Order: sequence, then structure tokens, then C-alpha cells
Amino acid sequence: MTEPSAPTGEDLWRGVWRDNPVFVQALGMCPVLAVSNTALNALAMGLATSFVLCMSNAVVSLLRSFIPRQVRIATYILIIATFVTVVDYLIRAVSLDLHRALGAFISLIVVNCLILGRAEAFASRHPVGPSILDGLGNGLGFSLALFALGAVREIVGSGRLFGVPLFHEGYQGWVVMILPSGGFFTLAAWLLVFNRVRAFRARAVPRAQEVPS
Amino acid sequence: MTDDPLWSIFVDACLINNFVLAYFLGICPFLGVSGKLETATRMGGAVVFVMLVSSACAYGIERVLTAIDAPYLRLISFIVVIASAVQLVEMFVRKWSPGLFRALGIFLPLITTNCAILGVALFQTNRGYDLLQSLVFALGAGAGFTLALGLMAGLRERLALAEVPDVVQGTAMTLLLAGILSISFMGFAGLGG
Repeated sequence: MTEPSAPTGEDLWRGVWRDNPVFVQALGMCPVLAVSNTALNALAMGLATSFVLCMSNAVVSLLRSFIPRQVRIATYILIIATFVTVVDYLIRAVSLDLHRALGAFISLIVVNCLILGRAEAFASRHPVGPSILDGLGNGLGFSLALFALGAVREIVGSGRLFGVPLFHEGYQGWVVMILPSGGFFTLAAWLLVFNRVRAFRARAVPRAQEVPS
Repeated sequence: MTDDPLWSIFVDACLINNFVLAYFLGICPFLGVSGKLETATRMGGAVVFVMLVSSACAYGIERVLTAIDAPYLRLISFIVVIASAVQLVEMFVRKWSPGLFRALGIFLPLITTNCAILGVALFQTNRGYDLLQSLVFALGAGAGFTLALGLMAGLRERLALAEVPDVVQGTAMTLLLAGILSISFMGFAGLGG
């Protein structure tokens, strides 16, 4: 609330690349690992999270001068939980199969630290416009990361992308990539790539600290 | 209602479908506080405790919500109850045992955003466990969480003395270790009834 700033592209792109929620800030890891076993699941989860992120950022920003500081976290959680319930019922209405595949992880968007983090760190201090853009940007960055993981796991694990076979008939998938451990390995591999790129770009700057969440 | 025997629920939640390594719940504290064995076990203890409390609460809420036919309120009421349960536990521990309170420190409030807790509440409702089964499930999940956290902390303590290439250090290394742990936990798959 420091100065009335107009929404800028910076609000949007910051979340997508420079402060990417997953690869840089290491926030919201649980759904990233859990539902990234196929590209489709990953994309759906990314969209659902982006929607909740945008809406909760907008509402938190609208109400920012009415919420007493002492109960703000509880209020944010309530707002987030409301939108998560909306998404939960929406997905169930659109595709029951998808709902079954994502399972409890739709409900678990509530405790995704990324959403609460954005509400607390950005939306509670900025006007509605930038807050929505910030939510959109972070949502995009989150979806991008999820998709990067999901695509790799699906291609290597079963030789398909979005259910379409990519290789010849006899391709034997690496089962381990579909299994839970594959999630850890793929994310580790992506982090390695990012570390490498960052080290390459800034030789002199010390390695970026890890951010526990 | 399911009629799984209690031991099978426990073994399932603790080893076969370990919350951290198979369901990816509670990854944040898993990566965050697994640096030292001592803090890891304390965190585990706090999580087990909160899980038991919130599991019992969630069972009660589910009964009430079913009675008044309002399933869409489930998520909201669960999260509110868990948040207040954590607060209650915090106040209780502070009054009752200041030493333990100091030992747990910042970990207690952080548990609210641990998805493993909400996960226990949601899974037990989805599977239709009764009260005793829910409590055993929560105990198993908590024990599994503590086990995974302890193993990880032990590994990382050893790793602190090893020479690791610069690129791999930090979160990437932890994730690689977690992946290997996860593979080894798959060996428990045959244990279930």
C-alpha cells in the first residue's frame, strides 16, 4: 500500500521466471511432486492452482484495509479454502476421471504455501490490479514447472505425451519415473539444470541459497 | 465403513504408503528441518501429536457435517479446526511443560501449513474409517513421517562431511536422497495384508 502503482508487466513476469515459485523459491513442492506423473494431470493441477491464486490474491487485496492484522492469516486461509472448494466442485463437474486422478490434492491446494505466501507477501500490500497480475504470473510459473516435470515423467516413464505414443511400439518405459521416486529424481534434475544455468550466468556470484519453506 | 484390521492400517500408513515418500505430503518440513537429527525427531513428535488431535476432531466434524448434510463445508471446517487445534496444543504445552515448549519452538505453529495433517483428515474421511481406525491411521502416518524425517536427517548429517560437487549441493542433493529413500521404501510393498 506504499504507492498507488499501476499494474505492470513486471508484476506478471517476475513470478514466471526470475522468482519462479518452484525452481527458485522452492514453494509448494508437495503437489508438484505428487500429481506430476502425467502431463495432463500436471497441467490441470497448475490451472486449478493458478485460478485459486488469482482469486484469493484479488479478494485479499480488496479486503486488505478491513482485515485486522492479528487474524489475517486465519482470514486468508478461509478465503483460500472457499475458492479451493469452488475449484473442487468445478473439476468434479467437468471431468470425474480427472477428479479421481488428482484425488485429495485438489483439497490440499489450501495448504500450498505458495498461495498463502503470495497473499501475505504481495496481495496484502498492493492494489487489486497488480495483485491479480502477480497471482497470474506466479500461477503461470507454477504451471510451467509442473508441466516441465509432468512432461518429462510421462515421456520417459511411458513414452507418451498427453496419452499420445511418441516412440515406436516396443519402447519400454522406465517404470521408476512414474513411481513416486521418479518425482524426486525429475525435480532434482531440473534443479540441477537451473543451478547450472545460474552458475554459468554469474560465475562470481555465490550459489543461490536454498529457501526452506 | 471399512473393516481393515488395525495393524494393517498402521503398517500401510507408516511404511507401505509412507506419507512423505509415497504421497508427497509434508515435503516442506521434510526439506526444511531435516538438517539435524535432533530437531527432526522433535518435529516428528510434534507432528504425531497434532495429527492425533486433528484426526479425532476431523472425525467429529465429519459426523456433524453428514448429519446436517453440508459436505461442501468440509474443507473449510477442517482447516479452521486444524489451525485452532495447533493453537490449543501450543497454549496447552506452554502451560503444562515450558521445557517442551521451548524445545519445539517455531515448529509448533508451522505445523498448521503441513499438508500431511490435512492429508490425514481428508484420507480418513474418504476411506470411511471409524474413530479407532482414524486414530491408528493418524498414529501410523505420524510414525512414518518421523521415520522418514529421521532417516533423511541422518543421511544429511553424514553428507555434511562428504565432498559434494557445487552444482548438486542444496535442495537438489536432498531431493536425490529422497528419491533413493523412496525407492527403498517400495520394498515394503509386500508387507500389506
